[in-house]
Amino acid sequence: MTDIKAQLDVLPGLDPRAPLLQVNDLHVEFRTRDGVAKAVNGASFWLNPGETLAILGESGCGKSVTAQAIMGILETPPGHITRGEIRYRGVDLLKVREAERRRVRANRVAMIFQDALSALNPVYTVGFQLAELFRVHRGASRADAKSRAIELLDQVRIPAAKSRINDYPHQFSGGMRQRVMIAMALALDPEVLIADEPTTALDVTVQAQIMGLLAELQRQRNMGLILITHDMGVVADVADRISVMYAGRIVEEAPVYDIYARPAHPYTRALLESIPRLDLKGQQLTAIRGLPPALTAIPAGCAFHPRCGYAKEPCRQDPAPPAYAVAPRRTARCHFFREVLGE
Amino acid sequence: MSDVVLETKDLVKHFKGEIRAVDGVDLQLRRGETLGVVGESGCGKSTLAKLLVGLEKPTSGAVAVRGQDMTRLKGGELRRARRNIQMVLQDPYTSLNPRMTVGDIVGEPFEIHSEVVPKGKRQQAVQDLLDTVGLNPDHINRYPHQFSGGQRQRIGIARALALKPEIIVCDEPVSALDVSIQAQVINLLERLQDDFGLSYIFIAHDLSVVRHISDRVAVMYLGKIVEQGHDVAIYDQPTHPYTQALLSAVPVPDPRLRGHRKQIVLEGDVPSPANPPSGCRFRTRCWKAQHVCSEQEPLLQIRERSPHPSACHFAEINNPLRGR
Repeated sequence: MTDIKAQLDVLPGLDPRAPLLQVNDLHVEFRTRDGVAKAVNGASFWLNPGETLAILGESGCGKSVTAQAIMGILETPPGHITRGEIRYRGVDLLKVREAERRRVRANRVAMIFQDALSALNPVYTVGFQLAELFRVHRGASRADAKSRAIELLDQVRIPAAKSRINDYPHQFSGGMRQRVMIAMALALDPEVLIADEPTTALDVTVQAQIMGLLAELQRQRNMGLILITHDMGVVADVADRISVMYAGRIVEEAPVYDIYARPAHPYTRALLESIPRLDLKGQQLTAIRGLPPALTAIPAGCAFHPRCGYAKEPCRQDPAPPAYAVAPRRTARCHFFREVLGE
Repeated sequence: MSDVVLETKDLVKHFKGEIRAVDGVDLQLRRGETLGVVGESGCGKSTLAKLLVGLEKPTSGAVAVRGQDMTRLKGGELRRARRNIQMVLQDPYTSLNPRMTVGDIVGEPFEIHSEVVPKGKRQQAVQDLLDTVGLNPDHINRYPHQFSGGQRQRIGIARALALKPEIIVCDEPVSALDVSIQAQVINLLERLQDDFGLSYIFIAHDLSVVRHISDRVAVMYLGKIVEQGHDVAIYDQPTHPYTQALLSAVPVPDPRLRGHRKQIVLEGDVPSPANPPSGCRFRTRCWKAQHVCSEQEPLLQIRERSPHPSACHFAEINNPLRGR
């Protein structure tokens, strides 16, 4: 175990003072028969230890593709990273040798997915799949790997872990399966955990259990957590900072309290307004008109302009709005952010 | 009572004789009203929906539409009665036949109920329906894949409206949609209700959506309604522990409430409907459970400390959201 950590520490360019994870100007496109789909168009964000960053957006906004690019599980082809950097402690993972990249990703960055049933292998027991991690990555003996697997299932509070490691994924309930996947992600002690819609498939009472568990494990381990979600309730509950994505760009980035109190981008504002609220009972909800653009035909200028009530001439023209500094640690890609803020 | 359009009496559906999906549900729906049904997966809410529209035959009990027991009707009588109660399904991707045009999908009810609109006027009727739900009537010859998720749900709504029903059962109509699209569809459903005097059974797991659209709400757990009342009663004065836990678990989109909400985290999962706990079905996960809960099943009724019907021996108002 110490060997692995030592190996990682000699990674060339590793800077312990650099952000834990930093994504700069990431571009990902999918080359398909119907044209080039620009899934991610210059996403930038950073993550510190112990911090929770929420990437908020609707389906097709590029949030999952961004996660796949970080994890190195982007299907290539058709997916290609065309530009940008993904830095772990200062080291650009897109530039280092394959072997090193794999070592960092295996040991330092882990991911959990929305659908635990399809993420787990149905023909192996849960215990085998957990133990495999220790055997492959840590060279543990069978017996040792098994006892560590039990320990992990205990940590994610699966009752009777000792007997349940012999069960197959389908023998677990949805919530328990998600716990198994969390156990698997935590097995190698990652510093960064990416959770892609971890509770979307679960009921609210189970969601509360899982989010509580994630928060606790994060605290214990001082992990950086990237939470990818469309649920503004979950975000309000757990995130420190939020990056709002639309058509492959991060259109607003802000600490959680600021963004809910005073959104600076019209899209964020519209999203917040479209949630049913108590005081709006009996009234029409504020819907966002139209649809998100096809990724093969993203509008010029600000991609949100066809749906935006603030849009004026400059919004319709390239280049897209830059990330204006709205406040310290706060940016918004909107020419008219002052108006949106109500200043 | 004449304005009751839909009523169920002790409605029961057991699958394979043992899985008690719906186990004695009584509900009433009045004209122009929306009754929200909330509950987690496996609580029987979708089976309830299918029983209401006659897609499943109940094991026992009655479903009365305008006083007529649907479970006893046959042939032409049943067919005519069914016109009055239609359904909108959850998944706009699988609930529309990909090989049929939108015109055929929305017009299909007219094929089955041929007396509603004469053949020559059907295309016009379909185009009017598309217009009603906010779709372009000229797109009548397009196929479902040419529409977005929100538009497909509009197609499903148009199909449900075709036979001019009084009642529409909506089974998770917006849960497959993105938030910004959800709002469009909810607004549409509310407008149609006003325009046509529709009554809705609105089944969903999203409590804030249900609150927004419902006049009354029924909370289901393991095949039974555990609490029922006006939306304000259920959301502000819940008396059943399950309702309280459910409400407390819903994340509120306001970070200022973080740490101020009393969150009741339930342990474990919902028990199997094949083998529900004796007495009160919620007792295995309930922090208030006493001996009596395992022996005596609490009935859904108004209680000393519950001004609206609640199926708990220890029902008592407790609003988990009023923590601030």
